Parts: sequence; structure tokens; C-alpha cells
Amino acid sequence: MSASRLILVMLACLLAACEQAPAPSNGFAGLGQDAADFAQVERGRPLVFPLDEGAHDGYRIEWWYVTANLTDAQGREWGVQWTLFRSALRPGPEQVGWQSPNLWMGHAGLTSPFGHQHAERLARGGIGQAGVVAEPFSAWIDDWSLRAESGTQPLLRMQAHGEAFSYDLRLHSEGPRVLHGDQGYSEKSGKGQASYYYSLPFLRVEGQVEVDGQRYPVHGQAWLDREWSSQPLAADQQGWDWFSLHLADGAKLMLFQVRQADGAHYRAGTWISATGQAQALRGEQISLQPLAHTRQAGGQQVPTRWRVQVAEHGVDVEVDAIEPNAWMGTAFPYWEGPVRLHGQPGGRGYLEMTGY
Amino acid sequence: MLVVENLHKSFVTAQGHLAVLRGIDLTLEAGVSLALMGESGSGKSTLLHLLAGLERADSGRILVEGVALADRREADLARWRREGIGLVFQQYNLISSLDVAANLAFQARLAGRYDPAWVTHLAERLGLQALLTRYPEQLSGGQQQRVAIGRALASRPPLLLADEPTGSLDEASSEAVLALLLQLVGELGCSLLMVTHSERLAARLDRRLVLHHGRVAAVSE
Amino acid sequence: MRLCLLALLSHWRRHPLQGASILTGLWLATALWTGVQALNSQARADYARASAVLATPAQAQVLPRQGQYLAQADYVTLRRAGWAVTPLLEGRLRLPGEAGGTLQVIGIEPLSLPAGSQVAGQPGEGVDLLAFIGKPGQAWIAPDTRQRLGLPLGETMPLSEGLQLPPLVEQAQLAPGVVVVDIAQAQALLQVPEQMSRLLLAGTAEPTLPAELADRLRVQPAEGADDLQRLTDSFHLNLTALGLLAFIVGLFIVHAAIGLALEQRRALLRTLRACGVGLATLLAALTLELGLFAVLSGVLGVASGYLIASLLLADVSASLRGLYGAEVAGQLSLPAIWWLAGVAISLLGALLAGLSSLVRAARLPLLALAQPQAWRQAQSRWLRGQALLALGLLVLAAICWGLGDSLVSAFVLMASLLLAAALLLPALLDGALALLARRCRGPLSEWFIADSRQQLPALSLALMALLLALAASVGVGSMTQGFRLTFSGWLDQRLAADLYVSAPNTTQTQLVMDALAAQPGVEALLPNWTLDTRLQGWPVQLQGIVDDPHYREGWPLLEQQADAWAQLAAGQGVMLSEQLARRLNLRLGERLTLPAPSGEQALPVVALYADYGNPKGQALVAADWLRRAWPEATLGSLAVHLAPSRGEAVQAWLEAAYADAGVRVIDQAGLKAWSNQVFERTFAATAALNSLTLGVAGIALFISLLTLGHSRLGQLAPLWALGLGRRQLAGLSLGQTLLLAGLTVLLAMPLGVLLAYCLVAVVNVQAFGWRLPLYIFPGQLLNLAALGLCSSLLAASGPLWQLARRQPADLLRTFAHER
Repeated sequence: MSASRLILVMLACLLAACEQAPAPSNGFAGLGQDAADFAQVERGRPLVFPLDEGAHDGYRIEWWYVTANLTDAQGREWGVQWTLFRSALRPGPEQVGWQSPNLWMGHAGLTSPFGHQHAERLARGGIGQAGVVAEPFSAWIDDWSLRAESGTQPLLRMQAHGEAFSYDLRLHSEGPRVLHGDQGYSEKSGKGQASYYYSLPFLRVEGQVEVDGQRYPVHGQAWLDREWSSQPLAADQQGWDWFSLHLADGAKLMLFQVRQADGAHYRAGTWISATGQAQALRGEQISLQPLAHTRQAGGQQVPTRWRVQVAEHGVDVEVDAIEPNAWMGTAFPYWEGPVRLHGQPGGRGYLEMTGY
Repeated sequence: MLVVENLHKSFVTAQGHLAVLRGIDLTLEAGVSLALMGESGSGKSTLLHLLAGLERADSGRILVEGVALADRREADLARWRREGIGLVFQQYNLISSLDVAANLAFQARLAGRYDPAWVTHLAERLGLQALLTRYPEQLSGGQQQRVAIGRALASRPPLLLADEPTGSLDEASSEAVLALLLQLVGELGCSLLMVTHSERLAARLDRRLVLHHGRVAAVSE
Repeated sequence: MRLCLLALLSHWRRHPLQGASILTGLWLATALWTGVQALNSQARADYARASAVLATPAQAQVLPRQGQYLAQADYVTLRRAGWAVTPLLEGRLRLPGEAGGTLQVIGIEPLSLPAGSQVAGQPGEGVDLLAFIGKPGQAWIAPDTRQRLGLPLGETMPLSEGLQLPPLVEQAQLAPGVVVVDIAQAQALLQVPEQMSRLLLAGTAEPTLPAELADRLRVQPAEGADDLQRLTDSFHLNLTALGLLAFIVGLFIVHAAIGLALEQRRALLRTLRACGVGLATLLAALTLELGLFAVLSGVLGVASGYLIASLLLADVSASLRGLYGAEVAGQLSLPAIWWLAGVAISLLGALLAGLSSLVRAARLPLLALAQPQAWRQAQSRWLRGQALLALGLLVLAAICWGLGDSLVSAFVLMASLLLAAALLLPALLDGALALLARRCRGPLSEWFIADSRQQLPALSLALMALLLALAASVGVGSMTQGFRLTFSGWLDQRLAADLYVSAPNTTQTQLVMDALAAQPGVEALLPNWTLDTRLQGWPVQLQGIVDDPHYREGWPLLEQQADAWAQLAAGQGVMLSEQLARRLNLRLGERLTLPAPSGEQALPVVALYADYGNPKGQALVAADWLRRAWPEATLGSLAVHLAPSRGEAVQAWLEAAYADAGVRVIDQAGLKAWSNQVFERTFAATAALNSLTLGVAGIALFISLLTLGHSRLGQLAPLWALGLGRRQLAGLSLGQTLLLAGLTVLLAMPLGVLLAYCLVAVVNVQAFGWRLPLYIFPGQLLNLAALGLCSSLLAASGPLWQLARRQPADLLRTFAHER
């Protein structure tokens, strides 16, 4: 069975791309009416750890999102994505058994020198097939997992596989947790849509990837994003472009724009110094300019080269997809892949583009 | 032996009521032969059918030895046909499932007057000895009519009714068949009433009766 | 061409009866054939629907070793070990209220289905997944099932004990008798929380189970063919054979009528050709004419075939459900293709029936006169040819008898016997009449026989049809009755216990058993351990029984070695059901090798027993032996022998104490009634088709006599003129028909018995695996003989009534017009 409708509903909460998801809340009894019963994102609520590393029942949508830029022994560049989405069909706390309101969706992506592959997993909450536990941290769906290795905090082990690929990576935290926006309160439009959003951008990675039965030892950098919310985006917002960049000088940069039909895109970001000091960026401080498009497997024209400028911090780079066809042909398709930075300063990172 | 008085017969046709016989009177003595003549539609065959008990008259009487035929029930009519008369048709009307011998003997046996010697004699006279085991379909028209004549005479009926017995035959066979018929009738001494068109044929019988529009137009000795 | 066709068609205006008989023949043939085909294809389509409830590429499955269910936790463990399994929960749900009835509940977990699987026969795109798994959820049901049960659409339906069925949503492709719900709903409805029936594996690989699960679960490899399809094949083949018989009988009518029409139009055909119509044009026109008849009757045939099928469907589906557990919808669908197929089969039939006539028309000499004698000679040549063909068929039958070992060869045997008998019939009747002719002395009796012989060629086809239909009726009737006798006797012996108790799993059954042992009046408790496996690809159930005098006394054995029961009890022997022994080709004393998990086990066959009505194989072994060899053998049912008059009390006690735990109790009488009901319905369709075929034969005779009526007049008129009454003639004619029909009926009786023998000793063995004793029921034979005579009397009376009512003028007219 194609789960496209389900995923449409799930992602509608993330993206609210009305053109792609015609009135999903009407199609699902309970979602529209009970929207107000979901927990609301409020400015000023302090994030508490490790509690907030776990699942936030009562919020409608949530994800654990890891992207990694890796290098193999021959110096070739690789990219890995590990994502777990939680989507609640109904407000209310988690329940044991099939009564659970949660649906879980896992996405795994691998960008190798030989191309891009992806895989997808779906599961119901409540029966143990998928879930997240805050302490000791463990997030899983089927046999994919992201979990703390016992006794060796802060160390995460990340595993997933698809039809012809798998990876098994260890993530060492080498820097602080970074709260985006206003102490983790991250606005997504000028009209009040917001989410809680924090990242672990300083993750060192080592481990193995396997493609078509061949194993490759790899190492590199990873970025963990955590975000949860209950509010869909505004009706005129079509999709978004999101950048997580490891700059050559050790600083990190998170930028996103939510594209609006009227062209007045909502932009925001966070400048993270090499020591982990975070500074929220306003829209006018950011310039994002698509330079070249690539036609994807599904026929979509997606910008795979950008000019990114944050003048205040001396950033003026061309962001170039390592694999321009890093298309995630999942039930709800999007583009997600590693990028290389040319210009001042150099570096690498990950780019996600939805709604094309 | 046969007296017909004021006989009427009409049919209902698509065109309406058709009076075929309109008052026929006729007397036929034993041993006498009579030719029944007249143009097509004059009522000759109908008269013959009435005499044979194949149909019933509307009015008038047919007296056989003083008893009216019209008064008889169907079973008695059948008996009259079986025992009182011999019938010869233009179309032979043999029984196709029986061979010549069985056909010859059939009516005599039905009538309970089967005389093997007489039937053998008839077969001889009719030239049928070699054909006795054949079936009607295997015979020529003349042969078939000879079987029909033999069948009619086998029961030694007092009266032989013949409806254009040679009408389907060519002239030569017709002549031969007719000669045989008259000879045998003479031998048997039975009365004969024959419907015919043929002047020449009629001339060989004792009397003639000409019908016209259902009435007796002429009688001659 | 057009003129030619018009000239040909003018014949039918003068002889509407002939036209009607061609139409009727084709119509009936098409109708019966279509009816049977509709039944079969409906059933087959429903099996496909049943197996398409979950059409995943998955074939292999994970099953519990014990009992009906596996734990949900084990499913999660497997998923988290990376197994792409999807769970199913199956069970039966009794509907409340008068409507009653049961539904098969299938619980699925749509999110875990492998990509590209179909649900309920349709790809997932159209499915509202969130509505299905959300609240109040959905219950998918086929439209025919919903209508049959009279359930409301789109409303939550309360069931007993506070349960409720989610709102019904129709899914056209769903199997009949099935309701598909989310597994969460299914667990609630079936009251088995956190339990699943089985897990489907994606792909055909058979991975090894993790050690901690291997003692509870097992992987069942992918099964090749669809069991349901295989098990029911013989049932459908039987129906098809009956349909074919009816079709052939129908074609006899057509053949007779077309032949007669050609005979009567010889002159016309000659005239047309003499007028310059080419032979090709003439043949084309004749063929076209035949085609018109075929199309018209094809359409009529499909309509009435559909009607027949819909009338029989209830019985057919009931017997399929009872015999095989196969669900068949109570409603037929009539796809457009059926109309085409019906017309095609009618065209084919018309062509088959008319081919000889067309060939004769093609060979018709241009200027020959009608030569009845030539025809008669041709007829005797034809009779010789028929006799030769019949001999050939008898040889074929003998070959099938001696060498055949399949259902197809069994049917070929029967078909060649029937056909040979039919082909020999005219010669036999002619011989019989010839014998009678020798004893005739009177002129009328001589004529009577001679004329009957003359009618024979024209009536022989109709009489053949009568012979076939009657023989089939006798054969099927004897078989059915004999089976009934055997079956009920067997049932009486086999169902000796007073109560039969079934429970969902071994533990539960053992609990009930212990509790029952303490009940007063319980004389014996016979646990029945079972294990399902496959032997040579055939589904087989091993039954482990305990040593008990009830078995020795009651269990009917067909063949046994000395001390069979003692050997069985000692674990040194196995008893096989008759059909299993035949399938495995095992005889008494030979060894059966069983694939036990601990290694292959071989046991000598110590006895064979009848197991009527069971499509699967069955083998009896000692319970202890079974549990040693297969630790996963389950205990699901108990036979309880009680002291007299304790039955109701114990049953009531059981039901009160254990009904909630899923324990079911059925008493002997109930089980027998159910078995007998299945039996009756199984043969209801057969019996109905059979009497329809007999009816068709009657119609064939009627039409033949009617078409003969006109020419008969020419033969009867001279007799009338020679002094026979009309009634007498009618009586004689009736006598002729009755004589011919009577002789045919007389010949049909031994043929029918022979057929019955083939059915019980050959067809049944090949189709079901059991052989039945041959019973002859004189009363039944008399009944059928009377029925055959009555139908011919009825068939003869119409034309005769006309004859008796003829005005003398009609008879006279034949003197003027004929020939």
C-alpha cells in the first residue's frame, strides 16, 4: 500500500504546502477539529535536557534528523542522512498498544561516489516497533536506530539500511548544543508559525558504509537537528530550502527560507562560532540566490547551486551539490544531499529542499 | 346397389362459402361401371370422397343397399372404407414402410377377407411377381399404381372407386394399367366408379355422368 | 446472395416449428453451458478474490508452533531484527440479531505491508489509510457480502459484549464473506489482545528465525499453487462435465432440426442452383442463416444461463463453503464478455450440429431426383459408420479403464461410453424392432413395426438425447443415493462421541479437559492432537489419538492389518485416509515417511479408513508419538463420551463456563445435521442440472416428433383411407413413440448403472480419492424409467393431439399435394 496520503498529512504539518497537499486536515477526521487540543509552541518555554531529547507527546509533529558529511580512505566525499519523524493523528499522550496516536516514519539516505540511494520505513506507535526514549537516548524504527552507546556518553551509534546500502556510524559530540531562534523558539513565518528547534552541530563521525556489498571506512562531521511543533505553516508557503553548513574555519551556519507564493520568502538562520556561540540571524542579514537547476528523476527542477551570503560574518560562498540528483523518492519526495562550499570561507554541509 | 339422392356439399374457403355439389342424383347398379366426368372444380372428386365415406355430405343421402351412409358413425364409415369399397387414387398412396406383398395384402387382411390365392393371382395378373419384396419408392409410377389397384381389389370389394387412376402416368402405361383394371373389375364382377378427364377412357365404361358446377349436366349410357 | 438468402429464409415461414426447434436447441445448449461456466467462473473469481485479500509478493510466512496465535511482541522483535514481516489476524465473527451469519475477520497492519502490495484486490492509491487506521476506522466488505447480510453502509455497528464493527466501506474486489479491518480493531473484535495469526514475509526467501523465537515460531515456506484452487478443481470439473453433457444433448436437437430443414429444402436448393446460384453463394447463405440462428439463441442462452446459474449459486456456494471452506459470493456478476462467449459457443454449436448438413448440401447433385432408396442406403452406410465409431469409442473407453489414472481420463472413459451407447442406439433399436417384426402376424402389427423402423432415422437423434439424459440421471442418481447411504452409515460410526469440544489453543483445551474429567457422567475424553503438514505437496493433517476402545469399536476401517490399533497405540503404525493413501500411492504394510523436525520418521501403514468429504489428506498416529516427533502439535479439540442423558447438562455447563474463552461445543446431532446439510447441498446443483438435461432431452424428442408430424400425415392418410379411424391411428402412433422410447429407456437403465459404476469406482477415486460401493436402487430406476416414458409420452402427445384433431380434409389434401 502506498502511504502517500499518510505522509502528505504528516508533512503538511511541516510544510503546509497547500498546493501539494490539498486540504489534508479535512481528509482525516480529528485533525482539523482537534488542532487546538495539540500542545502549542510558546515563546519563552525553557528547553530541559535530557528530557527534551525524547519524544514530545501532545505535539503534532516532531523529528530527529542527522546529516553527515563523510570522507573515505581515498578522499572521496560521501553523505549520510538518518531521519525519524513522529506524527500524531490525535492530540493526547502516548498510549500503549494500537491506541497510540503516533505514526512513525524513517528516512535513510546515502550519497556515495556512485550515486544517491534512499529507503523508507513506516510504523505505528504504541507497540514498540518504533519510538524514542530520552534516557538512555534511543530512537528507532524497525532495525534502524540512533542510540547512546551504553556508558560512553556522549556517543551515539547510528544505523540504517536500504535495499543495496547500509551504514553503521559512531557520532562523538565535540561541541555544545545550540538553541535556534529565541532560546529554541524558532519562527517559521511572520505570522506566528513556529517550532522548538535545537541542534548538535559539532559531531565527529567515524564508521562504515556499505554499498552493493562493498564496505568503506569513513569519517567526517555530522549535524543533529531536533524540532517539534503543532502548527502547520501558513497557507501561502510552498516549501523550504534549508542549509546546515560546516565552515572551513570551524564555525557553523544554519540558514533556511520558507518560500512564499508572493516571492517574499521568510528567511532566518543561526551563526554558530567555532566555540559554539550562537547568534540568530534575521532575514535581511541573509542572501540566498539559486544559480543553477538540475532536473530530478521525478521531473522536478531543483536548484542545486546557490550563492549564499551573510555579509555580517564575511560569508560569500557558492554552495554546490556534490550529487545534484540526491532526490529522496519517498512517498513524499524532496531533495536532500551533501554540498561543497566554494568561496569565502570554504567548507561543506547539507542542503534540504522541499516543495519543488 | 348405390343410390345418391339430392346430394349437397359446400366448403368454407378463404373466398367464402363455396358450394361444390348442388343436388346430385345418381344410381349405380351392381356390376356396372360409371365414368364421372367434368371440368376441374366441377365436384367430381368431392362426390367420390363422399361416396368413399372420406367426407360427409351437408344434405342429401347416399344409400348403400338401402342404408344411408351419412347416418353412420365414424367407426362405421371406416368399416365401409375397409370392407365395402376399394379405393384407387391418382397419387397411389401406398404404405411406404411395407413392401409390395404387404401392401397388396394389407386391406384384404384388414377387412378379414385375405385370400392368398386371389392375391397371388392378382399379383400375377398385374405383373408384380418379381417386385413383391420391393418397397414403394423402388417402383415406377405405373408399377406403384398397379400395386394400388391390386391392393384395392385384393379384398374383393363390391365397389371400386378410382380417382383419375392414370392421371400421373404417361399414355402407354396409362393404357396398360387401365386395361388391367377393367379386366380385373370384370373378373371380379364389382361395380366401378371412376373419375376421369379422358373421353377415350370414359368410352370404355358402361355409363357416364358429366358434372358441371356441382350439378349433373349429362347422363349417358 | 440476398435473393438466395430470402428464398432460403422463406422456408422458416412455412415451417416455424423447425425454426423454433433450432432456436430452442441452441438456446438450451448455450444456456446450460453458460450457466455452468458462470457458476464455475464466479467461484474461481472468488477464490482469486480470497487470495487477493492480501496480494503481496510475500509467500513464505511465520506461524506459531503452538496454537492459533503468536504474540504481538514477537512480531515487534522480528521487525526490530530487520524482518520485513506484516501481521495478519484472522478469525470468525458472529453477527448479532436474526440475520445472524458469520464473517471472516481479517485484521491487517497497512503500514508494514511491503511496497507494491495490494489490499483487497486494489492497489493502495485509492485507499484512505488514515480513515482505515484512525477512529472510528473502517471495515472493508465486498458489496455482495454486505447486501447478503443486510448490513448498513457507513455506520458503526454494535455487536455483543460492547464490541462494535467500524463503519462498513465497500471494496468491490474484496473476497466474499470477509471483512477487513485494522489489526487493532481485529484484536478487539476477536478478543485476542496482542495476538496475531501469522506474519507474511516479503519475498520468497526463508530466513532462519532468531534463536529466542525459534521455539515459538516457525517459518513456513512459500507454497506454490493455490490450495483452494487445487482442492476445488475436481468439484468444478464435475460441474463442467455436466454442463458439457447438457450442451451435447442440446446440439442433438439442433442437428435434428437442421438436417430436417435441409431435407425439406432439397428441391429448393436444386432449383436455386439450377437458376444459376453458385454453390459457394448457396453454402454462404446457408451458413449465414445458421449464424443468424446461433446469434439469436446465443443471446437468449446467456440470459437464461445466467438465470440458471443465479438459481443454483446458493447451493453451489453453500457446498463449496461446507466442503472446502471456500467463500463464494451469493451474487453473480455478468461481465460483457459473457454475451460474446455465449454467442461464440452458440455459433460453435450450430456449426458442429449443422456441419454434416452443409457438407450434404455441398454434395447435392444438381439434377438428381429425390431418391428415398438412395437415402435409405446412405442411412445404412451411416449406421455402419456410427457402429464403427462406437466400437472405436468402446476401445478408447477400455484403454482409459485399463491405463487411465487421472480425472480427465475418467471423464473420457465416461464420455466415450455414453457416446458409444448413443451411436449404437439406432442399430440396437432397429435390431430390436426386427426381432419384434418376426413375431407379428396381423397387418396392423406388421405395419406398426415396419413403420416404427421407418421413423427410426428421423427420431434416432432425439432418442439418443433421451438415452444420454436418462443414463446420466440413473448414473448420477445411483451415485448420489449410494453416497448418501455410505456417508450416513459412515457418519453414524465415525461420530460416536456425544459432544465435540474445540478450544483456541492447547492450554485452553487441556484446561477444559481437566475440568471435564471431574464432571459427573463423563465416560471418556478423547483428545485430538493435530499437526498440519504437507506430503508430496498435498496438505495433510496428522491426528494424534489416544488408545481407547471407542476407536477400536467405532472407527470404521476399510482395510487393516492384524492388531492395527495396538500398533497405532504403540507408535508403530499409521492409519491413512483412503484419499491420502491413493495420492501417496501407499498400500497396507508399506512405510510412510513423515518429515518431522527432528528428522524423517517412517511408519508402516497399518490400516486405511474412509474420510469422505475431506479435501485434505489425513493420517492417524498415536498422540504420544506425534507429540514426541512434533513438539508443536496442538490440541484443539476433544471428543467426549457421556453417560446416557448427560449430554445437555454437560454441554450447558461447558458453554456457561468456557464460552467466553472461545471454547465451542457441538453435540453429535448438530454435527451430523451440519454434515448432512453440506452433503445435500453439494448434490443439489448436480441433481438440478441433471433434471434440466432430462428436460432438454424431452424437448428434443418433442421437437423431433413435431417436425416429423407433417410427413407422418402422408404416411397415415392412406391407412385412414383404407379404413382406419383417426383415433385408432393416433393410438397406433402413440404406441410407436412409446415403443421406441420404451426400448430406449430399457437400454438406458443398464447404461446408467454402468455409468454409476464408473462414477463411484473411477471418477470419485480420481476426483476425491475415495471409492464407493455400487448400490442399485430399483425404485429409483423405476422412477426414472417412468419419468423417461412420461416425458416421451408428453412429447408425443402434442403432435398426436394435432393428428387426432385433423379434419378429414387435411388428410385428403395429402392425397392431392404430397410428392
